[in-house]
Amino acid sequence: MMASDTATLPFVDRRTTARRAHVWLGLLLVLVSLVSLAVGASGTSLWGALWKLAQGEALTLTERVVLWDIRAPRLVMGICVGGALAVSGAVMQGLFRNPLADPGILGVTTGASLGAISIIVLGAALPAVVQTTLGAGLLPVAAFLGAWGSMLLLYRVSTRAGRTSVATMLLAGIALSALFAAFSGVLIFLADDMQLRELTFWSLGSLAGASWVKLSIAAPVILVSVALACTLGRGLNGLALGEAAAHHMGIPVERTKTIAILAVSAATGTAVAISGGIGFIGIVVPHLLRLATGPDHRGLLVNAGLLGASLLLVADMIARVVVAPAELPIGILTALLGSPVFLWILLRKRGLVDM
Amino acid sequence: MLYAKDISVSYGPKQVLHGLTLTAAPGTLTAIVGPNGSGKTTLMRALTGDVDFSGRITLGDTDIATAKPYDLAAQRAVLPQATPLAFPFQAVEVVRLGLRGGIETNDRLALTALSRVGLEGYANRFYQELSGGEQQRVQLARVLCQVWRPVVSGVPRWLFLDEPVSSLDIGHQLTVMQIARDFARAGGGVVAVMHDLNLSAMFAHQIVLMQSGRIIGHGTPAEVLTDAQVSRAYGCDIRTSTAPQDGGWFMLPQSAGNLEPMPVAQSA
Repeated sequence: MMASDTATLPFVDRRTTARRAHVWLGLLLVLVSLVSLAVGASGTSLWGALWKLAQGEALTLTERVVLWDIRAPRLVMGICVGGALAVSGAVMQGLFRNPLADPGILGVTTGASLGAISIIVLGAALPAVVQTTLGAGLLPVAAFLGAWGSMLLLYRVSTRAGRTSVATMLLAGIALSALFAAFSGVLIFLADDMQLRELTFWSLGSLAGASWVKLSIAAPVILVSVALACTLGRGLNGLALGEAAAHHMGIPVERTKTIAILAVSAATGTAVAISGGIGFIGIVVPHLLRLATGPDHRGLLVNAGLLGASLLLVADMIARVVVAPAELPIGILTALLGSPVFLWILLRKRGLVDM
Repeated sequence: MLYAKDISVSYGPKQVLHGLTLTAAPGTLTAIVGPNGSGKTTLMRALTGDVDFSGRITLGDTDIATAKPYDLAAQRAVLPQATPLAFPFQAVEVVRLGLRGGIETNDRLALTALSRVGLEGYANRFYQELSGGEQQRVQLARVLCQVWRPVVSGVPRWLFLDEPVSSLDIGHQLTVMQIARDFARAGGGVVAVMHDLNLSAMFAHQIVLMQSGRIIGHGTPAEVLTDAQVSRAYGCDIRTSTAPQDGGWFMLPQSAGNLEPMPVAQSA
C-alpha cells in the first residue's frame, strides 16, 4: 500500500485491514499462549497433562506445579505486561502527537525504578513490621508508588486552571526523569555488590517473579486501565489534528488527556513494578501497526494490545529456553529482537515513516 | 443568529480585543477583514470558544462560553488556517474525522466531500504528501462533513473559516468561496476571516472591518470598503474599483468566467 499512484486505483479502506488484523492478532495470541504453556525448562508436557485431564485422571504434583503455579501465571503476566506497554506507547504517541513518545516520557518508568532501587538498597533499614507484612511484594509496591508519585507530580506541574499543557508535560517529564535518575544514581553509589547485581537484573526486566498472588492485584489494575485506554481512540484521532481542531469536532479534550495520563501511568506503573524495565515494546508495536493498518487509533489500540502481548510472550519463551536452566533477562531480548526489526522497517518504509 | 456582545480578550496583560459587538445572520456570509495584528483571528477564536473572553456570545440558543464541545460540534464546524498532522493519515481518513464530529452517519459522504472540493481520486493519498493548498482543501472537506446539511430540522448550522483561501491559487480560491456561498444560500451561516479584499467584496454579504482590536466598519461591502475606510485601516492610500492609472496588467477574481453573478448588494 504505497502512496505514489493510488489516485488512479479504486478506493481502499484501511479500516477493513485493521478489523481483519483484530482477528489475526487474536488468533496469534491464542497460539503463542498455548506454545508458551507448553515450552519450558522442565520436560513437563502440556499436551500430556491435557490428555490426562480429558481422561479424568489426576495430575502429578510436578505437572500441577509447573503448569499451574509457574507457567500459567507467567503467561498471564506476559499478556498483561506486553499489552500494557504496547497500548500505553500508542496512547502516549497519540497524546504527544509524536511518534517517539513512550510511557517512559512521563517519568513513570524512572519513578518506578527509583522506588525499586530504594527498596533494594535501603529495604533492610525499614521497620520489621513493614518487611514481614509485604514480604516479596515490597519491591513492586515501592515501584508502583514511585510511578504514581512521579505521574501526580508531573500532572500538577503541567496543569494550570484546569488545562494540561502537553508541551510542558513533555519538558517537565524529561526534567523529572533526570532528577529521579540522579537520586537512583546516589543509591547505586551506596549499594554493595549483591545489591548492584539485583538492581541490574531488575532494570533488565523479567517475568520470572510471576505468581497468582501478585497477579491478583496487578492484573485487575492493568486490565481496567488498558480497557480505559482503548476507549480513547476517537479522542486521540481528533488530537492528531491538534487540540483546537479536536475541540471543534466535539471532543472533550481535557478529559481525554486526563484519562490518557491516568490510564497510562496505572498500566505502565504496574507493569514496571511487577516485571522491571522492559523496553522497546511501547515504541515498536504501535509503529509496526501504523505502517500495516494506518494510524486510526480506534483499531490501533486494540491491535497494539494483542500484538504487544504476543511479542512479549515470544521474547519470554526465548529467554527461558536459550540458556536453560538459567534465564536471560527479557529486556535484553525485546531490545535484541526489536531494534533490528525496527531499523529494517525504517529503512524499507522510510517515506511513510518520515511523515 | 450569531450574537457577540461586548467581547474583550486579553493575552496576559495585553488586551487585544476591546469590547466588540457584532451579529451574523444565517443565510449570509460574513467576512472579517483587517490588517495583520488587528485581532481578526482572535475574534474568530472567541467566536469558536477557543479563548477566554469577557462579554457574551450566543449561537442560536447556545451560549458559547458554557456549551459542551459536542453540542457546539453539532452546530458549527471550524476550518483552521493550517493543520499539520502527526501521523500518516490518508486524505479520506482525515475527512472521516469530521464525519464523526457531526451528526451525519453516511460514510460515503467523505468521498462526496472530497470531490466537492475538487479532490476526487485523492482518497488514498497520504495527507503529508499533498501540497499546502491540497491539504487545506482536505481540511475543508473534513469541515464540510461535520455540518454537511446547512439546516437541520429548521436550525441553521455554521461554518467558521480562518483564512480559507490564503494558500490557494486563484481558481481554487473561487471554488472554495463558491462552496462557502452555496452553504449560506442553502440557509447556513458562514463567518470567514479574509485577507483578500477582492474576494471578500465579491462573496460577502456583510463585512466586518477591524483595526487595533476594534471594529471600525460593519455593513455591506459597498458601505464598509470605501476608499477612506480601507486606506485608514490598512495605512496606505487605496482607491477602490479604480483601474491603475498607467494601465498596467491586473487580474481580478471578479473578472473570471464561469461565475454566477453575485447579487451581494441586493441580498444583504
